[in-house]
Amino acid sequence: MSNSIPEIEDADMMLCVGTNMTECHPIIAVRVKKAVRKGAKLYVVDPRKIPLTEYATGHLPLKLGSDVALFNAMAKVIIDEGLADMEYIEERTEGFEELKKHLEPFTAEYGEEISGVPAQLIRECAIAYASAGSAGIYYTLGITEHICGVSNVQSLCNLALITGNLGKRSAGVNPLRGQNNIQGAGDTGALPNNYPGFQSVDDPVCQEKFEKAWGVPMDPHKGITKIAALDHAVDGRIKAMWICGENTLVTDPDVKHTTKALESLDFLVVQDMFLTDTAKLADVVFPAAAFTEVDGFFTNSDRRVQRIRKAANPPGDAMPDWWIIAHVAKRMTNDVHFDYENSEQVFDELASLSPIYAGLSYDRIERGDLAWPVPEMDHPGTPILHEGEFLNGKGKLQLLNYVPPSENPDEEYPFYLTTGRRLPTYHSNTMTGRSGGFRILVPNEWLEIHPADAEKLGLEDGDWSKITSRRGEVITRVAITKTSPRGTVFMSFAFPEEVMTNIVTNPEVDPQTETPEFKVAAVSIVRVEAPTGLGASEALRANPDVEDPHLG
Amino acid sequence: MSTEMKMVIDGAEVSFKEGETVLEVARRQGSFVPTLCYDERLDPYGSCRLCVVEVEGRRLPASSCTLKAEAGMDIRTGSDHIRKMQSTLVEMVLSENPGDECPRCRDIGTCEVHELAEEFEVSRDRFLGAISNASKDDSNPFLLRDYDRCISCYRCVRICDEVEADHAITMTGRGWNKGIATAFDGGLMDSDCTLCGQCIYTCPTGALADKKMVNQGSKPGEIEITRSVCPYCGTGCSINLHSLDGKMIGVTPVLDGPVNEGALCVKGQFGFDFVNSEDRLTRPLIRKNGELTPVSWNEAFDYTAQKLLSVRDDHGPKAFYAIASGRAPGEGSYMLQKFTRAVMNSNQVDNCSRG
Ligand code: SF4
Ligand code: SF4
Ligand code: FES
Repeated sequence: MSNSIPEIEDADMMLCVGTNMTECHPIIAVRVKKAVRKGAKLYVVDPRKIPLTEYATGHLPLKLGSDVALFNAMAKVIIDEGLADMEYIEERTEGFEELKKHLEPFTAEYGEEISGVPAQLIRECAIAYASAGSAGIYYTLGITEHICGVSNVQSLCNLALITGNLGKRSAGVNPLRGQNNIQGAGDTGALPNNYPGFQSVDDPVCQEKFEKAWGVPMDPHKGITKIAALDHAVDGRIKAMWICGENTLVTDPDVKHTTKALESLDFLVVQDMFLTDTAKLADVVFPAAAFTEVDGFFTNSDRRVQRIRKAANPPGDAMPDWWIIAHVAKRMTNDVHFDYENSEQVFDELASLSPIYAGLSYDRIERGDLAWPVPEMDHPGTPILHEGEFLNGKGKLQLLNYVPPSENPDEEYPFYLTTGRRLPTYHSNTMTGRSGGFRILVPNEWLEIHPADAEKLGLEDGDWSKITSRRGEVITRVAITKTSPRGTVFMSFAFPEEVMTNIVTNPEVDPQTETPEFKVAAVSIVRVEAPTGLGASEALRANPDVEDPHLG
Repeated sequence: MSTEMKMVIDGAEVSFKEGETVLEVARRQGSFVPTLCYDERLDPYGSCRLCVVEVEGRRLPASSCTLKAEAGMDIRTGSDHIRKMQSTLVEMVLSENPGDECPRCRDIGTCEVHELAEEFEVSRDRFLGAISNASKDDSNPFLLRDYDRCISCYRCVRICDEVEADHAITMTGRGWNKGIATAFDGGLMDSDCTLCGQCIYTCPTGALADKKMVNQGSKPGEIEITRSVCPYCGTGCSINLHSLDGKMIGVTPVLDGPVNEGALCVKGQFGFDFVNSEDRLTRPLIRKNGELTPVSWNEAFDYTAQKLLSVRDDHGPKAFYAIASGRAPGEGSYMLQKFTRAVMNSNQVDNCSRG
């Protein structure tokens, strides 16, 4: 996030795009609701009528994947209405004239044609955004999990740049991270193109720095992304993998492909708390300690580095992740130092090599008050990025064109399927599914479908249906709801044992980030009889009578 | 804006900032002022009157939680008169509370009402009779609701509204003489309630309790509390881990958590017991004759090291790939990338942000 979470409360306008916040980031949603209560405007851009729309000034129910068309149209409205912040544009951006020219054809009416959002509403939202004192954009995977994910984000950045909403309080462009430490994983250099602290692996200065620190030569070439690595596993270029704490098999798109990739490996190491579906394929499984059993840090969405602490004992031989990896390393090399007595020494080494963490220590992250960059020990942290100036000089306005999703409904697969999470089930449910009571709240997977679509298909609430895409099929119950717009159905991927949703999702990726288009697949739906042993009236939605094996 | 001003509390001169209440100033300087309807996260409410203090020049004592501090004020918090009033108030509250065993006090730590009862030495044996949870139960899996113990401070309603912004419960005047209810007097699961559980941790009595923490057989005082961060979404809410004899038994919000300011969602509040799951891996495993077989760390390390060395030496550094977790602590992802770069000699490492 460019700005911090507490600031949201004081925004004058919030544009929430592709983020089912009340379910996926409930405590950030609290700030949004508080801002609304203080009089802020809230516009929600999402194909589904998500709960956040209840608090919204306006809801823009765009067609799946039409974001760029919509935001281009908004940018044009802002410029045409004379609401662009010319002083900021002059001083801090480049490419405005080109952008203005590029946007010529993208009228609000054009926006309506592509996105299905009424031109009037596009205008209203654009004007509200551009006229607010401070307007913040908040988005999640609804923006990035598309083949055009990068363009989607850039089209939002354009809006912020032409209105001067980047680099000031309660504004900015703010991706909300879905996982507790996904920011931290990138910060620590678990990326094919960056050392810790986003220092480029193809920059000779950085290479030298790490060669000196670790005492061995660095590979001057970037690695490949995880998505490409799975392809390389299939074709035999990658022979061994080490997967830490990720249930790759369940959470990646196109399960058949992922299974094939992992099965093709000569050697697979999986490190996890549980014997996940991925771990079942491994040659070596390391038992990892849980977050309650170790000292360490998580870095959250607003770049806040926060301390976690050991409160309980790990079961059996389970050990902290860093300890396990360091021990394997020690048996493979004497050249590099891998002797650590505790996690604090690991953290200090990271801080010494990463300029954005340079001013951090376990003492300084005690309370989680500091957001990186924190370059020195007395630095107060950086809750707001880009204040005064951008790191790389001027903010470049991007000329973007709408690209339709890689799969669109046709006769054979007439529906859009989009995926996401539900409030009480987290990701592939390895944690929530093993915590008592959650089964009662969400007993199973279900397909959410609009009443009109259900009627056409002869589906009733609680019926069973088969969902088929070009990659495979799954069977699940249906829940009829107006949350889903006509023509678009929704599923989560929290019940892989019963319903492996990612069998049907689309592995096409954004060419720049290689993030798959989880958010759009074309599917067909038919009613089927209940699988043997399960009645149509089996638990659907929350049900207190469900037996929960994890409830003591 | 925040000019320093001075007032007198129990004879001592103290400075305060504009906007502070007398209660805040008094507590900061160490005076004992009991409260029941007050929660630092909520707007002051002023209904229980337990926080009364004497203000020089005023005839009647005033509730300090709603009284704004003013320069020159002279406050007395602990006169016999005040203590007598407070003691009577506590006694009244207590007499409305059932005499059976309070589940909160028994398993989690003294509730505020019973703490005050002890403080003021007003009697009502807290450990009488058997617990009667079951009959008063709501069908939800997390919250114990027993409104016989409700003292009408409305902290639950206010926290739901002011901190969580959920508005699931309201005060009702009908039927119940002390009424907290969902929109249709139904169970929580049929209401807008998100089961975030935050009403539990503001409730000063045993009217609301955490089903997971109750019945853990714990003895208050033995529970260890460790500050940490929620392991679920990227919001990064601060949580307190409650453990007993090295085992996790519960979670409570950290009131001054910088992101959440004392709020949590259902996952952060109740989704912790996966760590105690029977399914946890407890031994390193190696595939032998097709079966994953438990081995010692030593064997697992040797085997892995030898396999990875031969992959690197036979097929080159790029034949290895590492995927770091976006869920586990950052020291682990740091180590995995260092391992990949310094031992396997490539940049073939990523994290799970792409899917
Ligand atoms: S659990 Fe949360 S949402 Fe439900 S009544 Fe309590 S505070 Fe409100
Ligand atoms: S308590 Fe809820 S909102 Fe807060 S970090 Fe955990 S999952 Fe996210
Ligand atoms: S705490 Fe002041 S009136 Fe209740």
